Amino acid sequence: MANNISVLENGKKQFIVVKIGSEQYGIDISYVDNIVRMQKITRVPKVQPYFKGIINLRGEIVPVMSIRTKMDLEPDVFTDVTRIIILKLEEHGVLGILVDEVKEVVTLGPDEIDKVAYDAKNNKSNFINGVGKHGEELISLFDTNSIIDESENV
Amino acid sequence: MDVSQYLEIFIDETNGHLQNLSDCIMSLEKDPENMDTINEIFRAAHSLKGMAGTMGFKRMQRLTHDMENVFQEVRSGNMSVTSGLVDVLFQCLDAIDAYLESVKESSEEGTDDNEAIIQELNDILAAGTGAVPKKEEKPAEKEEKPKDGDENRFQKKYLELEFSEKEKEELRVSEEKGMKLYGMTVYIQEDCLLKAARAFLVFKAVEDYGNIIVYNPSSQDIEDEKFGFDFSFVFASEAELDKVMEVSKAVSEIEEVVGEKVSYKSLTAAAAKKEEEEAEAAKNAEQKKEVEAAQKPAVPAQAKPQTGKKQNTGKPVTNRTVRVDIEKLDALMNQVSELIIAKNSLVSIGSTSDGGMGGSNSQAFHEQIEYLERITTGLHESVMKVRMVPIESVVQKFPRMIRDLSKKLDKKMELYMTGEDTELDRTVVDQIGDPLQHLLRNSADHGLENSEVRRKRGKPEAGSIHLNAFQEGNNVIIEVSDDGNGIDTESVKSKAIERGLITPEQGAALSQKEIIDFLFMPSFSMAKQISDVSGRGVGLDVVKSNIEALGGDVEVKSVLGEGSKFTVRLPLTLAIIQALMVEVRNEKYAISLGSIETIEEIMADEIKFVQAKEVIHIRGMVIPLIRLDQLLDCEPEEEEKESLTVIIVRKGDKFAGLIVDELNGQQEIVIKSLGKYINNSTKIISGATVLGDGEVALILDVNTLF
Repeated sequence: MANNISVLENGKKQFIVVKIGSEQYGIDISYVDNIVRMQKITRVPKVQPYFKGIINLRGEIVPVMSIRTKMDLEPDVFTDVTRIIILKLEEHGVLGILVDEVKEVVTLGPDEIDKVAYDAKNNKSNFINGVGKHGEELISLFDTNSIIDESENV
Repeated sequence: MDVSQYLEIFIDETNGHLQNLSDCIMSLEKDPENMDTINEIFRAAHSLKGMAGTMGFKRMQRLTHDMENVFQEVRSGNMSVTSGLVDVLFQCLDAIDAYLESVKESSEEGTDDNEAIIQELNDILAAGTGAVPKKEEKPAEKEEKPKDGDENRFQKKYLELEFSEKEKEELRVSEEKGMKLYGMTVYIQEDCLLKAARAFLVFKAVEDYGNIIVYNPSSQDIEDEKFGFDFSFVFASEAELDKVMEVSKAVSEIEEVVGEKVSYKSLTAAAAKKEEEEAEAAKNAEQKKEVEAAQKPAVPAQAKPQTGKKQNTGKPVTNRTVRVDIEKLDALMNQVSELIIAKNSLVSIGSTSDGGMGGSNSQAFHEQIEYLERITTGLHESVMKVRMVPIESVVQKFPRMIRDLSKKLDKKMELYMTGEDTELDRTVVDQIGDPLQHLLRNSADHGLENSEVRRKRGKPEAGSIHLNAFQEGNNVIIEVSDDGNGIDTESVKSKAIERGLITPEQGAALSQKEIIDFLFMPSFSMAKQISDVSGRGVGLDVVKSNIEALGGDVEVKSVLGEGSKFTVRLPLTLAIIQALMVEVRNEKYAISLGSIETIEEIMADEIKFVQAKEVIHIRGMVIPLIRLDQLLDCEPEEEEKESLTVIIVRKGDKFAGLIVDELNGQQEIVIKSLGKYINNSTKIISGATVLGDGEVALILDVNTLF
């Protein structure tokens, strides 16, 4: 389903808009397998600090990563609207990332996306590969693969 | 249809024949006079030759043909088995194996002609018999076949064929063209599993020489395996009948081929001949009756081959088996795992929600849960059993290896194996071969002394190496022991000091066990000179890491001058284990029951210090303590408890005490991987499991704590 609707005419793409801190980020919907409510995360000792731990997603063990820790933001605060976005990447398996809130799904055409220049000093922008303009709002678009690649390198 | 679809069968069968040959040649070496073994070798070589021929592997065919020739002579008593011959035969096997490997990879046999080996074979043949009487092969072969005296069960059924007008026409035309017509009936062995494939191979072989005009049953029926154990055909060819018969017989699992030159007339006038044939058959049967009263002389049309068959082949009836892709079994295993998780959650609901239900309901609920538990445990066991294979497939190549080593190292040695039927999970069996091979080589090379030294020490001249496999609880133990020199701990120690691994002072304090552990370190070889066999220092550390990767471990016991024993301990299964659930600061961890020795309740003031490390002294043993909360980076506890729960775990001879906060009982858990994203470099956590209430618990690998 996700694949069918994410490829729209004119190269438009759909993004799930999430809130992390005060900023809005977009995640390419074709990578999103599922969105689940916050649940108990089992801490795993002696691993990368940005891995919050693992959860049980219908019998499967899914590692959960804190994008806040990874981007050097203040630690996660869990609320009623905290969600875990389950990403599914071919060959890499399944990975959950914590977000403060899931807002909506937007469709952006190529003319609504600005590519961002790579800024080597700012580690944070490594995870962003574009900025989407949706009405008045700006949405930073995550480069899903770089989130994962990084996590393998550390 | 083309040959490639039979490639797999070919590979399987060749493997089987090779192993069989290897075993037989081994036993022949010990007992060169045994006719049964010689016959068996001859048969296996013959089958190999036939299979290679029909698959078009000419080089392989040639090699096996020459092997067969040699055995032909041996069998007819013209020459005897010498150790030189055995050596060459083993070389042949290696060469065939190389062809087979090449076939597996590229479907081609490769280009190595192995002239040297063939030359050697022929030299031996010439030396043994004075000449190379190749011709003799044929009559002898025929001699063997009818020895049970009921050749008449192989009837010339092609004479009973009925022809359509079109076929008659074709036959006539072929004959007019000057081609010879042959009628043939092929009998397939009754334990043959792939009759259609055999039939196809026969057709393919025959078609090299001519055209098949009439099939009975029809070619479609043959392809669909809709036929008994024989089929007949008539074909037109310019070649001689002998040639055609030979290639047909060369197909394996063909019992017999009967055929002769026929003419259009004789075929169409078959009816008359058929009667004659039957009369002859009846007569033959009567003769046979005299010889063997038990056998019924009934018209030997269909029933006969069967009665005859049962007596003349001693081969075991093939097991009724199904080949299943291991992936399908993995999927089944996963589903069983899910079921166990679901069952566990029912169990935990059952134990907490008693209040919600009435007394009698709750009673029934518990009964059903227990029932469910029994079923899931049974199901799990069955699935595990399906995945179990005997280690035989791995260890059967070892006798040959030891024999070769014995020659190469010029030491006399014998390998004794027991428990080859011990079963292990398929994935474990696949990977256990290399480590065991290393251990055996190690015993042969480092362990056993040469004959001279052995004599001086009053040991039997031939060293013995034992490989024993058996099941012990949830583990399979494989012991590799030798009666050789044993490990000289002093020289290991000095080597370790020399290599700067320890200081002499440290060395003095080491236990024998700790010194032996040096042998498992990477590139620590004790061999004084590097040999082909071992000594490059890539042996024991690989053994250890391979075995540990399978969740097992390896221990050594050694007495200097008396020998050493390597004990490999492997888990029966990789996916589901019995574990003790413990809590550390409200976090749940599972510890495999297999490694737990005892559980102790100790007072805080019983903790002693040795070299600034916490230990306890319990029943005469000093056991180091590990505080799991510290190890696992938990929040420190404010106040020290007075009484501590200590789980004594064991790895080989070593013990450690793990301090935990609480015990939550024993449970069957399903091991799940943490996934690739988590960088679990310390390996303390070997996986995770989902508990009955949906919570996730981590599995502690206590082996990493030592």
